Amino acid sequence: MIPVAKEVGSLRAIASGGIVSPTGNPELPLDKEKEFRRSLVLRALQILKEEV
Amino acid sequence: MGEKIRVVHYLNQFFAQIGGEEKGGVGPGGKEGPVGAGRALQQALGERGDVVATIFCGDNYFAERQQEATDELLRLLAGFKAGLLIAGPAFESGRYGVACGAICQAAEERLGILALAGMDEENAGAALYRKKVYIVNSSTSVTRMVPTLQRMADLGMKLVERTPLGTPEEEGYLARGVKRNAFAAKPPAERAVDMLLAKIRGKPFKSEIPAPKFQPNKPAAPLRDLSSAVIALVTDGGLVPEGNPERMEPGRPTRFTTIPIAGLDCLDPNEFDAVHSGYDTAFANRDPHRLVPLDVMRELEQEGVIGKVHEFVHATGGAHAAVENATRIGQGIAERLKAAGVTAVILTST
Repeated sequence: MIPVAKEVGSLRAIASGGIVSPTGNPELPLDKEKEFRRSLVLRALQILKEEV
Repeated sequence: MGEKIRVVHYLNQFFAQIGGEEKGGVGPGGKEGPVGAGRALQQALGERGDVVATIFCGDNYFAERQQEATDELLRLLAGFKAGLLIAGPAFESGRYGVACGAICQAAEERLGILALAGMDEENAGAALYRKKVYIVNSSTSVTRMVPTLQRMADLGMKLVERTPLGTPEEEGYLARGVKRNAFAAKPPAERAVDMLLAKIRGKPFKSEIPAPKFQPNKPAAPLRDLSSAVIALVTDGGLVPEGNPERMEPGRPTRFTTIPIAGLDCLDPNEFDAVHSGYDTAFANRDPHRLVPLDVMRELEQEGVIGKVHEFVHATGGAHAAVENATRIGQGIAERLKAAGVTAVILTST
Protein backbone atom coordinates (compact mmCIF):
# COMPACT_ATOMS: atom_id res chain seq x y z
CA MET A 1 0.00 0.00 0.00
CA ILE A 2 3.05 2.28 0.08
CA PRO A 3 2.58 3.41 -3.56
CA VAL A 4 -1.04 4.33 -2.70
CA ALA A 5 0.12 6.35 0.31
CA LYS A 6 2.64 8.24 -1.81
CA GLU A 7 0.13 8.75 -4.63
CA VAL A 8 -2.27 10.53 -2.29
CA GLY A 9 0.51 12.62 -0.81
CA SER A 10 1.50 10.78 2.39
CA LEU A 11 5.20 11.01 1.73
CA ARG A 12 6.43 9.54 5.03
CA ALA A 13 5.22 5.96 4.92
CA ILE A 14 6.55 2.58 6.05
CA ALA A 15 5.24 -0.91 5.35
CA SER A 16 3.05 -2.08 8.24
CA GLY A 17 2.47 -5.49 9.81
CA GLY A 18 -0.35 -6.13 7.36
CA ILE A 19 -3.84 -5.02 6.37
CA VAL A 20 -5.59 -6.66 9.34
CA SER A 21 -2.90 -5.74 11.87
CA PRO A 22 -0.90 -2.67 10.88
CA THR A 23 1.00 -2.54 14.18
CA GLY A 24 1.01 -6.22 15.00
CA ASN A 25 1.45 -9.73 13.68
CA PRO A 26 -1.10 -12.22 15.06
CA GLU A 27 1.16 -15.14 14.15
CA LEU A 28 3.80 -14.15 16.70
CA PRO A 29 3.64 -14.91 20.44
CA LEU A 30 2.36 -11.81 22.29
CA ASP A 31 5.75 -10.74 23.68
CA LYS A 32 7.43 -11.05 20.27
CA GLU A 33 4.51 -9.23 18.68
CA LYS A 34 5.01 -6.31 21.04
CA GLU A 35 8.74 -6.21 20.18
CA PHE A 36 7.79 -6.13 16.52
CA ARG A 37 5.33 -3.29 17.22
CA ARG A 38 7.98 -1.34 19.08
CA SER A 39 10.42 -1.69 16.20
CA LEU A 40 7.76 -0.48 13.75
CA VAL A 41 6.95 2.57 15.90
CA LEU A 42 10.65 3.38 16.26
CA ARG A 43 11.01 3.25 12.47
CA ALA A 44 7.99 5.56 12.12
CA LEU A 45 9.55 7.98 14.60
CA GLN A 46 12.82 7.85 12.68
CA ILE A 47 11.02 8.81 9.46
CA LEU A 48 9.37 11.75 11.20
CA LYS A 49 12.88 13.12 11.75
CA GLU A 50 13.88 12.83 8.08
CA GLU A 51 13.50 15.24 5.19
CA VAL A 52 11.27 13.95 2.39
CA MET B 1 -35.52 30.96 -35.69
CA GLY B 2 -37.26 33.68 -33.69
CA GLU B 3 -36.02 37.17 -32.99
CA LYS B 4 -32.42 37.94 -32.11
CA ILE B 5 -31.37 37.25 -28.56
CA ARG B 6 -30.31 40.22 -26.44
CA VAL B 7 -26.87 39.27 -25.12
CA VAL B 8 -25.05 41.15 -22.37
CA HIS B 9 -21.30 40.62 -22.00
CA TYR B 10 -19.51 40.84 -18.64
CA LEU B 11 -15.85 41.90 -18.63
CA ASN B 12 -13.33 42.99 -16.02
CA GLN B 13 -11.68 46.42 -16.08
CA PHE B 14 -8.83 45.16 -18.25
CA PHE B 15 -10.92 43.57 -21.01
CA ALA B 16 -13.42 46.44 -20.83
CA GLN B 17 -10.47 48.66 -21.78
CA ILE B 18 -10.63 50.80 -18.66
CA GLY B 19 -7.14 49.96 -17.45
CA GLY B 20 -4.84 47.36 -15.92
CA GLU B 21 -4.22 46.38 -12.31
CA GLU B 22 -4.19 50.03 -11.23
CA LYS B 23 -7.88 50.25 -12.22
CA GLY B 24 -8.85 47.07 -10.33
CA GLY B 25 -10.81 49.16 -7.83
CA VAL B 26 -13.25 50.51 -10.45
CA GLY B 27 -16.87 49.89 -9.48
CA PRO B 28 -19.58 48.30 -11.64
CA GLY B 29 -20.66 50.03 -14.83
CA GLY B 30 -22.31 49.37 -18.16
CA LYS B 31 -22.41 50.70 -21.67
CA GLU B 32 -24.39 49.91 -24.76
CA GLY B 33 -22.94 47.65 -27.42
CA PRO B 34 -19.87 45.42 -27.44
CA VAL B 35 -16.47 46.51 -26.10
CA GLY B 36 -13.09 45.05 -27.04
CA ALA B 37 -13.40 41.28 -27.23
CA GLY B 38 -17.16 41.81 -27.31
CA ARG B 39 -16.80 42.50 -31.01
CA ALA B 40 -15.47 38.97 -31.48
CA LEU B 41 -18.44 37.72 -29.45
CA GLN B 42 -20.77 39.62 -31.80
CA GLN B 43 -19.12 37.95 -34.78
CA ALA B 44 -19.44 34.56 -33.10
CA LEU B 45 -23.15 35.12 -32.51
CA GLY B 46 -23.70 36.32 -36.07
CA GLU B 47 -27.36 36.73 -36.88
CA ARG B 48 -28.45 34.77 -33.82
CA GLY B 49 -27.97 37.50 -31.24
CA ASP B 50 -26.94 41.07 -30.53
CA VAL B 51 -24.44 42.14 -27.91
CA VAL B 52 -26.72 44.93 -26.70
CA ALA B 53 -24.51 45.95 -23.79
CA THR B 54 -21.32 45.37 -21.86
CA ILE B 55 -21.25 45.39 -18.08
CA PHE B 56 -17.99 45.48 -16.19
CA CYS B 57 -16.38 45.75 -12.78
CA GLY B 58 -12.84 46.05 -11.46
CA ASP B 59 -11.50 42.70 -10.17
CA ASN B 60 -10.47 44.11 -6.80
CA TYR B 61 -13.75 45.94 -6.30
CA PHE B 62 -15.65 42.73 -7.00
CA ALA B 63 -13.44 40.63 -4.72
CA GLU B 64 -13.72 43.09 -1.85
CA ARG B 65 -17.42 43.93 -2.19
CA GLN B 66 -18.94 40.93 -3.91
CA GLN B 67 -22.47 41.41 -2.59
CA GLU B 68 -22.64 45.08 -3.48
CA ALA B 69 -21.01 44.56 -6.88
CA THR B 70 -23.34 41.67 -7.73
CA ASP B 71 -26.45 43.68 -6.79
CA GLU B 72 -25.37 46.59 -8.98
CA LEU B 73 -24.39 44.39 -11.93
CA LEU B 74 -27.75 42.58 -11.75
CA ARG B 75 -29.53 45.93 -11.74
CA LEU B 76 -27.64 46.92 -14.92
CA LEU B 77 -28.30 43.50 -16.45
CA ALA B 78 -32.03 43.78 -15.84
CA GLY B 79 -32.02 47.31 -17.28
CA PHE B 80 -30.56 46.04 -20.55
CA LYS B 81 -33.32 43.37 -20.76
CA ALA B 82 -30.78 40.61 -21.32
CA GLY B 83 -31.88 37.21 -22.59
CA LEU B 84 -28.39 35.75 -22.16
CA LEU B 85 -25.37 36.75 -20.09
CA ILE B 86 -21.92 35.77 -21.29
CA ALA B 87 -19.13 36.35 -18.76
CA GLY B 88 -15.45 36.43 -19.67
CA PRO B 89 -13.49 34.44 -20.70
CA ALA B 90 -11.30 35.03 -17.67
CA PHE B 91 -8.53 32.54 -18.65
CA GLU B 92 -6.34 32.05 -15.55
CA SER B 93 -7.19 35.27 -13.72
CA GLY B 94 -8.61 34.07 -10.41
CA ARG B 95 -10.47 37.17 -9.23
CA TYR B 96 -11.96 37.69 -12.68
CA GLY B 97 -12.96 34.02 -12.87
CA VAL B 98 -14.68 34.14 -9.49
CA ALA B 99 -16.54 37.30 -10.54
CA CYS B 100 -17.68 35.62 -13.79
CA GLY B 101 -18.97 32.57 -11.88
CA ALA B 102 -20.71 34.64 -9.22
CA ILE B 103 -22.46 36.99 -11.62
CA CYS B 104 -23.65 34.10 -13.80
CA GLN B 105 -25.05 32.21 -10.82
CA ALA B 106 -26.78 35.33 -9.50
CA ALA B 107 -28.23 36.18 -12.93
CA GLU B 108 -29.74 32.71 -13.24
CA GLU B 109 -30.97 32.36 -9.68
CA ARG B 110 -32.20 35.88 -9.02
CA LEU B 111 -33.26 37.12 -12.45
CA GLY B 112 -33.87 33.88 -14.34
CA ILE B 113 -31.48 35.04 -17.07
CA LEU B 114 -29.54 32.27 -18.81
CA ALA B 115 -25.84 32.70 -18.25
CA LEU B 116 -22.51 31.07 -18.93
CA ALA B 117 -18.90 31.87 -18.17
CA GLY B 118 -15.53 31.12 -19.70
CA MET B 119 -12.24 30.45 -17.89
CA ASP B 120 -9.42 27.94 -17.52
CA GLU B 121 -10.20 24.68 -15.74
CA GLU B 122 -7.65 25.47 -13.00
CA ASN B 123 -9.09 28.96 -12.33
CA ALA B 124 -10.31 29.32 -8.73
CA GLY B 125 -13.69 30.38 -10.12
CA ALA B 126 -14.04 27.01 -11.89
CA ALA B 127 -13.72 25.04 -8.65
CA LEU B 128 -16.28 27.32 -6.99
CA TYR B 129 -18.92 27.56 -9.71
CA ARG B 130 -18.57 24.68 -12.20
CA LYS B 131 -21.35 22.70 -10.55
CA LYS B 132 -23.79 25.60 -10.73
CA VAL B 133 -22.85 27.43 -13.91
CA TYR B 134 -21.89 26.31 -17.41
CA ILE B 135 -18.23 27.22 -17.80
CA VAL B 136 -16.49 26.95 -21.16
CA ASN B 137 -12.86 25.89 -20.80
CA SER B 138 -10.84 28.76 -22.27
CA SER B 139 -7.39 27.36 -21.40
CA THR B 140 -4.91 29.83 -19.92
CA SER B 141 -3.91 31.35 -23.24
CA VAL B 142 -5.46 34.69 -24.20
CA THR B 143 -4.70 33.80 -27.82
CA ARG B 144 -7.67 31.39 -27.49
CA MET B 145 -10.05 34.36 -27.12
CA VAL B 146 -11.82 34.02 -30.47
CA PRO B 147 -12.38 30.23 -30.47
CA THR B 148 -13.47 30.39 -26.83
CA LEU B 149 -16.02 33.11 -27.57
CA GLN B 150 -17.27 31.00 -30.49
CA ARG B 151 -17.85 28.05 -28.15
CA MET B 152 -19.49 30.32 -25.59
CA ALA B 153 -21.78 31.82 -28.23
CA ASP B 154 -22.74 28.38 -29.56
CA LEU B 155 -23.37 26.96 -26.09
CA GLY B 156 -25.32 30.09 -25.11
CA MET B 157 -27.60 29.74 -28.11
CA LYS B 158 -28.21 26.09 -27.27
CA LEU B 159 -29.24 27.11 -23.76
CA VAL B 160 -31.56 29.79 -25.13
CA GLU B 161 -33.12 27.43 -27.67
CA ARG B 162 -33.25 24.63 -25.08
CA THR B 163 -31.37 22.32 -27.43
CA PRO B 164 -30.26 19.24 -25.51
CA LEU B 165 -26.56 19.55 -24.75
CA GLY B 166 -23.97 16.94 -25.63
CA THR B 167 -21.31 15.78 -23.20
CA PRO B 168 -19.02 18.38 -21.62
CA GLU B 169 -16.30 17.14 -23.93
CA GLU B 170 -18.37 17.61 -27.08
CA GLU B 171 -19.60 21.05 -26.06
CA GLY B 172 -16.35 22.28 -24.51
CA TYR B 173 -17.67 23.13 -21.05
CA LEU B 174 -16.39 21.92 -17.70
CA ALA B 175 -18.14 18.79 -16.41
CA ARG B 176 -20.61 19.73 -13.69
CA GLY B 177 -20.73 16.31 -12.08
CA VAL B 178 -24.16 15.49 -13.55
CA LYS B 179 -24.70 11.84 -14.45
CA ARG B 180 -26.99 10.86 -17.28
CA ASN B 181 -27.89 7.35 -18.35
CA ALA B 182 -27.01 6.46 -21.91
CA PHE B 183 -26.89 3.33 -24.04
CA ALA B 184 -23.42 2.23 -25.06
CA ALA B 185 -22.84 0.43 -28.34
CA LYS B 186 -20.93 -2.40 -26.66
CA PRO B 187 -21.20 -4.06 -23.24
CA PRO B 188 -18.60 -3.17 -20.58
CA ALA B 189 -16.53 -6.34 -21.02
CA GLU B 190 -16.01 -5.62 -24.70
CA ARG B 191 -15.18 -1.98 -24.05
CA ALA B 192 -12.66 -3.01 -21.41
CA VAL B 193 -10.99 -5.52 -23.75
CA ASP B 194 -10.92 -2.92 -26.56
CA MET B 195 -9.25 -0.49 -24.19
CA LEU B 196 -6.73 -3.09 -23.06
CA LEU B 197 -5.87 -4.05 -26.66
CA ALA B 198 -5.41 -0.39 -27.54
CA LYS B 199 -3.11 0.00 -24.56
CA ILE B 200 -1.04 -3.05 -25.50
CA ARG B 201 -0.74 -1.81 -29.09
CA GLY B 202 0.37 1.59 -27.87
CA LYS B 203 -2.71 3.20 -29.39
CA PRO B 204 -4.61 6.01 -27.71
CA PHE B 205 -7.49 5.02 -25.42
CA LYS B 206 -9.66 6.85 -22.97
CA SER B 207 -10.77 5.65 -19.57
CA GLU B 208 -14.51 6.01 -18.95
CA ILE B 209 -13.85 6.87 -15.32
CA PRO B 210 -11.43 9.72 -14.78
CA ALA B 211 -8.85 8.95 -12.11
CA PRO B 212 -9.29 11.23 -9.09
CA LYS B 213 -6.77 14.03 -8.91
CA PHE B 214 -4.95 14.53 -5.65
CA GLN B 215 -3.67 17.91 -4.63
CA PRO B 216 0.07 17.83 -4.11
CA ASN B 217 0.96 18.14 -0.42
CA LYS B 218 3.82 20.07 1.02
CA PRO B 219 5.38 17.65 3.48
CA ALA B 220 5.74 18.89 7.04
CA ALA B 221 9.23 19.82 8.19
CA PRO B 222 11.03 16.98 9.97
CA LEU B 223 10.93 16.81 13.77
CA ARG B 224 14.08 18.30 15.28
CA ASP B 225 13.75 16.64 18.62
CA LEU B 226 11.68 13.57 19.46
CA SER B 227 12.06 14.04 23.21
CA SER B 228 9.93 17.18 23.12
CA ALA B 229 7.50 16.02 20.40
CA VAL B 230 3.78 15.69 21.07
CA ILE B 231 2.69 12.75 18.94
CA ALA B 232 -0.90 11.89 18.08
CA LEU B 233 -2.19 8.48 17.06
CA VAL B 234 -4.71 8.48 14.22
CA THR B 235 -6.16 5.53 12.35
CA ASP B 236 -8.39 4.85 9.37
CA GLY B 237 -8.96 1.34 10.71
CA GLY B 238 -12.18 2.21 12.53
CA LEU B 239 -11.23 2.17 16.23
CA VAL B 240 -14.27 3.02 18.40
CA PRO B 241 -15.17 2.65 22.08
CA GLU B 242 -16.87 -0.70 22.79
CA GLY B 243 -20.39 -0.77 21.36
CA ASN B 244 -19.69 2.10 18.93
CA PRO B 245 -21.78 4.68 20.83
CA GLU B 246 -21.37 7.35 18.14
CA ARG B 247 -22.47 4.89 15.45
CA MET B 248 -19.39 5.49 13.34
CA GLU B 249 -19.85 4.26 9.79
CA PRO B 250 -17.94 1.04 9.01
CA GLY B 251 -17.38 2.29 5.46
CA ARG B 252 -18.01 5.27 3.19
CA PRO B 253 -17.07 7.49 6.13
CA THR B 254 -18.27 11.07 6.45
CA ARG B 255 -16.80 11.87 9.89
CA PHE B 256 -14.20 10.91 12.47
CA THR B 257 -14.37 10.10 16.15
CA THR B 258 -12.35 11.47 19.05
CA ILE B 259 -11.37 8.94 21.72
CA PRO B 260 -9.87 10.20 25.00
CA ILE B 261 -6.88 8.14 26.09
CA ALA B 262 -5.41 10.33 28.84
CA GLY B 263 -4.48 8.08 31.77
CA LEU B 264 -4.74 4.88 29.72
CA ASP B 265 -1.59 2.75 29.54
CA CYS B 266 -3.08 0.42 27.02
CA LEU B 267 -6.23 -0.29 25.01
CA ASP B 268 -8.34 -2.92 26.76
CA PRO B 269 -9.98 -5.22 24.18
CA ASN B 270 -13.14 -5.14 26.31
CA GLU B 271 -13.38 -1.39 25.96
CA PHE B 272 -12.56 -0.90 22.28
CA ASP B 273 -13.74 -2.28 18.98
CA ALA B 274 -12.74 -1.94 15.38
CA VAL B 275 -15.65 -1.10 13.08
CA HIS B 276 -14.67 -1.30 9.45
CA SER B 277 -16.22 -3.01 6.42
CA GLY B 278 -12.96 -3.28 4.47
CA TYR B 279 -10.92 -5.80 6.45
CA ASP B 280 -11.34 -8.64 8.96
CA THR B 281 -11.42 -6.81 12.29
CA ALA B 282 -11.13 -9.99 14.43
CA PHE B 283 -7.39 -9.52 15.12
CA ALA B 284 -7.71 -5.85 16.04
CA ASN B 285 -10.71 -6.63 18.26
CA ARG B 286 -8.66 -9.23 20.14
CA ASP B 287 -5.82 -6.74 20.64
CA PRO B 288 -6.50 -3.10 19.62
CA HIS B 289 -2.74 -2.38 19.74
CA ARG B 290 -2.53 -4.16 16.40
CA LEU B 291 -4.36 -1.09 15.12
CA VAL B 292 -3.25 1.71 17.45
CA PRO B 293 0.12 1.14 19.18
CA LEU B 294 -0.67 2.91 22.45
CA ASP B 295 1.17 0.34 24.61
CA VAL B 296 4.59 0.94 23.07
CA MET B 297 3.97 4.68 22.70
CA ARG B 298 3.42 4.83 26.48
CA GLU B 299 6.68 2.97 27.05
CA LEU B 300 8.56 5.36 24.78
CA GLU B 301 6.91 8.29 26.58
CA GLN B 302 8.04 6.95 29.97
CA GLU B 303 11.54 6.32 28.67
CA GLY B 304 11.73 9.92 27.45
CA VAL B 305 12.23 8.86 23.82
CA ILE B 306 9.20 10.97 22.87
CA GLY B 307 7.80 13.99 24.70
CA LYS B 308 4.15 13.13 25.03
CA VAL B 309 1.40 11.04 23.50
CA HIS B 310 -1.52 13.30 22.51
CA GLU B 311 -4.53 12.78 24.77
CA PHE B 312 -6.97 11.87 21.97
CA VAL B 313 -6.98 9.22 19.26
CA HIS B 314 -8.90 10.21 16.14
CA ALA B 315 -10.32 7.42 14.04
CA THR B 316 -12.48 6.81 11.00
CA GLY B 317 -13.44 3.69 9.07
CA GLY B 318 -11.66 4.30 5.79
CA ALA B 319 -13.33 1.69 3.56
CA HIS B 320 -14.56 3.05 0.21
CA ALA B 321 -13.99 6.63 1.32
CA ALA B 322 -14.92 9.20 -1.30
CA VAL B 323 -11.91 11.41 -1.94
CA GLU B 324 -13.91 14.55 -1.10
CA ASN B 325 -15.05 13.15 2.26
CA ALA B 326 -11.66 11.71 3.10
CA THR B 327 -10.07 15.09 2.40
CA ARG B 328 -12.57 16.84 4.64
CA ILE B 329 -12.08 14.28 7.42
CA GLY B 330 -8.30 14.65 7.17
CA GLN B 331 -8.51 18.42 7.29
CA GLY B 332 -10.82 18.27 10.30
CA ILE B 333 -8.45 15.99 12.20
CA ALA B 334 -5.44 18.12 11.23
CA GLU B 335 -7.14 21.30 12.48
CA ARG B 336 -7.90 19.70 15.84
CA LEU B 337 -4.35 18.40 16.21
CA LYS B 338 -2.76 21.70 15.22
CA ALA B 339 -4.91 23.63 17.67
CA ALA B 340 -3.90 21.18 20.42
CA GLY B 341 -0.18 21.72 19.79
CA VAL B 342 0.51 18.26 18.34
CA THR B 343 3.82 18.19 16.45
CA ALA B 344 3.66 14.83 14.68
CA VAL B 345 1.19 12.06 13.85
CA ILE B 346 1.49 8.33 13.41
CA LEU B 347 -1.42 7.23 11.27
CA THR B 348 -2.04 3.52 11.04
CA SER B 349 -3.89 2.40 7.94
CA THR B 350 -5.62 -0.87 7.18
